[in-house]
Amino acid sequence: MLESILTPSFFSSVLRAATPILYATLASGVASKAGITNMALEGIMLFSALFGVIFSSLTQSALIGLLLTILCGALLGMFLAFFVLNLKTDEILAAIAINLMATGGTVLILLAFSGDRGVSSSVQSVATPTVTIPIIKDIPFIGEVLSGQNVLTWLSLLAVVVMHLLLYKTPLGLNIRSVGENKNAAESVGINSRRVQYIALILSGALTSIGGFFLSGGYMNSFTKDMSSGRGFIALAAASMGGNTPIGGFLVSLLFGFAQALANIMQLKSFLSYEFVLMVPYLTTLIGLGIYYYSQKKKRERLSGK
Amino acid sequence: MSSAKRFDILRTLLSVLIALAISFLIILFVSDQPFEAIKYLLIGPFTSKRNLGTVVESMIPLIFTGTGVCIMFSANQINLASEGAFHVGGLVASCVAIYVTADFVSPVLALVCAGLVGALFTAIPAVMKITTSTNEMVSSLMINYIALYFGTYMINNVIGDPAASTASYALSDASELPTLISGTRVHLGIVIALVVAVLGYFFLYRTKIGYELRLTGENGEFARYSGISIVKVVMISQLLGGFVAGLGGGVEMLSPIYSRFTWTSLLGYGWDAIVICTLSKKNPLYTPLAALFLAYLRTGASIMARRTDVSLEIVQITQGIIILLVVAEQFLSKYKHRMIAKESKAALKEEEA
Amino acid sequence: MDNQVVLQMNHIMKIYGNGVVANEDVSLELRKGEIHALLGENGAGKSTLMKVLFGMEAPDQGEILLNGNPVTIRSPQDAISKGIGMVHQHFMLVPSLTVAENIILGVAPKKGIFIDSDKAVKEAQKIAEEYNFDVNVTDRVEEIPVGLKQKVEILKALYRGAEILILDEPTAVLTPQETEELFVQLKKLKEKGHTIIFISHKLDEIKKICDRASIMRNGKSMGTYEVADITTQEMSRLMVGREVSLTFDKNEQHLTEDVLMKVRNLTVHNSQGVLKVDDLSFDLKGGEILGIAGVEGNGQTELINTLTGLNKKYRGTVEIKGKDIAKFSIEDIRSLSLAHIPEDRMASGCAGNLTIQENLFSNQYKDRKYSGRLLLKPRAIEKRSDELIKEFLIKCRSRKQNVAMLSGGNIQKVIVAREFSTSPDIIIANQPTRGIDVGAAAFIRQRLLEFRDAGCAVILVSADLTEIFSLSDRLAVMYKGKFAGFFTDVEKVSEDELGQHMLGIKKDDVLEGVLYE
Repeated sequence: MLESILTPSFFSSVLRAATPILYATLASGVASKAGITNMALEGIMLFSALFGVIFSSLTQSALIGLLLTILCGALLGMFLAFFVLNLKTDEILAAIAINLMATGGTVLILLAFSGDRGVSSSVQSVATPTVTIPIIKDIPFIGEVLSGQNVLTWLSLLAVVVMHLLLYKTPLGLNIRSVGENKNAAESVGINSRRVQYIALILSGALTSIGGFFLSGGYMNSFTKDMSSGRGFIALAAASMGGNTPIGGFLVSLLFGFAQALANIMQLKSFLSYEFVLMVPYLTTLIGLGIYYYSQKKKRERLSGK
Repeated sequence: MSSAKRFDILRTLLSVLIALAISFLIILFVSDQPFEAIKYLLIGPFTSKRNLGTVVESMIPLIFTGTGVCIMFSANQINLASEGAFHVGGLVASCVAIYVTADFVSPVLALVCAGLVGALFTAIPAVMKITTSTNEMVSSLMINYIALYFGTYMINNVIGDPAASTASYALSDASELPTLISGTRVHLGIVIALVVAVLGYFFLYRTKIGYELRLTGENGEFARYSGISIVKVVMISQLLGGFVAGLGGGVEMLSPIYSRFTWTSLLGYGWDAIVICTLSKKNPLYTPLAALFLAYLRTGASIMARRTDVSLEIVQITQGIIILLVVAEQFLSKYKHRMIAKESKAALKEEEA
Repeated sequence: MDNQVVLQMNHIMKIYGNGVVANEDVSLELRKGEIHALLGENGAGKSTLMKVLFGMEAPDQGEILLNGNPVTIRSPQDAISKGIGMVHQHFMLVPSLTVAENIILGVAPKKGIFIDSDKAVKEAQKIAEEYNFDVNVTDRVEEIPVGLKQKVEILKALYRGAEILILDEPTAVLTPQETEELFVQLKKLKEKGHTIIFISHKLDEIKKICDRASIMRNGKSMGTYEVADITTQEMSRLMVGREVSLTFDKNEQHLTEDVLMKVRNLTVHNSQGVLKVDDLSFDLKGGEILGIAGVEGNGQTELINTLTGLNKKYRGTVEIKGKDIAKFSIEDIRSLSLAHIPEDRMASGCAGNLTIQENLFSNQYKDRKYSGRLLLKPRAIEKRSDELIKEFLIKCRSRKQNVAMLSGGNIQKVIVAREFSTSPDIIIANQPTRGIDVGAAAFIRQRLLEFRDAGCAVILVSADLTEIFSLSDRLAVMYKGKFAGFFTDVEKVSEDELGQHMLGIKKDDVLEGVLYE
């Protein structure tokens, strides 16, 4: 058991499993930092998984397909922002609506596009390539873990750094954090809080869409109905456990990847039946949530001196 | 009726109309035979007795989960696990129905167990909220998937019939809920569903604990000040919401539609329930009406999907738009303001006169 | 001081949407380089006047002249760009950011696309040094003490070029040492030519630091005075005064034998750990109204929350009808026949989206008259609702109207009707007539007196001194969590004397008549 865990290929699969969740976690984090719970991650991810397949097959280019998908993700984020910020729709109900539309809309669009029902079997999409970087390749162990990863996995690591820089080193990041934490304070120094929240949600939609693109164009090679299967929800939980910071979110995502990869191995060794393996991410999240919130509660009680 | 209420109804109707209009536009866009499609969508259910029966039959699960969500949302508990409760309800009911073959006992026991397990299921987020102050929304989202995969595990390993592909053993004949109208599959479940909706209304609006629930849902601080136990409300609302959703899963499973447990994906009734709850303004009494609307739309859509190139899922888009517009506070708020202002002016005049 | 006038606010009038006249022909004149006190009780209109100046509220009438030129100030940004800065009572800071980040927020220096954090720190440091503020600008705001937070707020305003600085009750949250420090700094600011508006009701502080003082009462100007020429007694008389004398035919008092409420050595800290009620003891008998006066924030809220069971973290004992309530739930306490009119009627006194009827029974739906074991009795409830609406003169279309649709006075009547209709033995009324129309207020006061005559014990917390004077049988003044004064013969207390106790000028160490032993 142990020897199959401590292999580079195990850690490689940790990264692979963590990638889509990581994008959505970063997305949830930036929305939360701006003071909005973005539960529509799930739907945006599902839409993007389909758009990825469609756009890359239309353009026969993974890159252009990805860019178009990101654009759609950003538009969906803007759509949510419009309802939440302009029309004052409850953010949870608005997200539920978007998720419902995604469940139905993806099937509808796929059928209209290709005549496929539920699985994009007849769509010739272009998957994103894997990348091996020469110097890193030669580092023992780590080289093996990282080599041959999908380009989007590499990009996700970059996204962690970029999001960290954006949130903590740029004026926009400062504005996002201040709007989310104390809207009055931000507005009192002339920050347009609605604009900042719009930007955060657009960013959130764009990030999630990369995760969705990876699902159908990296992790798998086609679109399947409901293929986001709750990853957006897990990301919501993962981000809050990571304190909504990019680095915290990265670590928690790795933990999910780890749990998933471990469960896969346990299935191979027939310790665990297949259905329980599928259950692992959700169970991990549930337990993680319980522990996280409990420790937060204790911390609050200590602070108030009870 | 006050102008605010009248406005609410008007706005809901308008939202529904706009949602339908947008759906028609989408059909125009994606279909080669759009007018045919819209025709089937709108009047399809009237084309045969069987189709009308389908409308009634598909109302049943919607009324159950809708009522369950109304109860939980009335107490402001955003528990989204009615989806999973419905699933485990169906699972448990089929387990009982497979092995218990006695007349009458089989369905009754199956339904009671379905309800109880549904209640225990939605109580998980409630207990986590009370003990660890975990947000019930996120935890309820997670347990839905756990319910799904547990169900699949049961099919594959415990109650699965080796002779059938991914299905349980056949449910005993004794367990099946009787059909009420011949030539359709309208079954006893519709009666149970209507009773549950009425009871749900009675519970929320006529009982002491229902009053406590609504008070807490509207203003928790006020409820606490009045001496109401918030923990009790959190617990009971979610237990009961899950019971109703679980019962719904059981009824669905024992209906003539199913003869074996075959659910390998979540059916989405928990999410539909939120549309129902939004349309019925959290009042269980109106859930049959909202369910009728959705069921009609779905039956029409499935006829449309069979006869034309537009798929059934268009309905989910319609539902999404309905939620967005009904809940959007600012949607038509200008007119609401005008209406209320006009009325208070009129009231002033009346007073002066 | 060259007596140059930098700012004039002339004949400002502000009426809020609900018809409350917050400012009625108020004028204010600032001279360059002075510290100008704006003095008045809560609700006197100080905050409104400052909101008008800072662009947060538009005045209905009047003009503002800045250096002699008429200006319109539309928003806080507008005010900032015109050189007006404000330090709010509730700090406008982002806790997780550093001091420097808070100071440069919205105007951050950039290097490429990034914040030039070195420059930000340097600039923040420079302005702190320039004004002699001892702040470490790289500390996170959530980790620094309140006194420092306030300095950050002041620096924030100065960084944006504030010439006129509004400080809204700056010392309310400070320790005496921090207050001293603040004063040193304010004097330096003054020397550098800044003009400061100092909002306060602490007379000793005003005496110590201010040049002139403008006094407000009930939305009106009571004049501007050279601080050196006016005594604290005169100031308190101008600030605390009875507007109209209410005439109530108060009947002779009949005290009950039993002590209904017995409080001993009660000590309460708020959620931030600040001492709010300090070793308080008192008794209460049926047939009396115990008035509690005091400037807001001196522990009244915490005291009431403890007596009613909303707060369970306290030391000392509270006995109601001989029973220690330490382990009692709110429901248990209410079942001892206690009624509570809460301070904030919308936050905890009602559910706005429920009907009048539903709001009238939250404390008594379990009564056998209105419910059985399981079900409510709608007919009894409806009948009683109509009776209460009639009895308490609640103006509404029907019992099915949502409470949020009513006027403030009528919402308060709904609450009072609910609380009074259980025929309580003890009534705890916290600001029962705040912000409601004269008719409704008179009605509620009359009811309180009727309950007193019927042998009920009443605790009345109010900022309205007229109300306190005309209703109370015994009168306590709260100051910093203690009773700073206690009077058993209310008629002999002058407003002067009361004002001095409220503002901490006078403190009685020995209190007579607090206990019935």
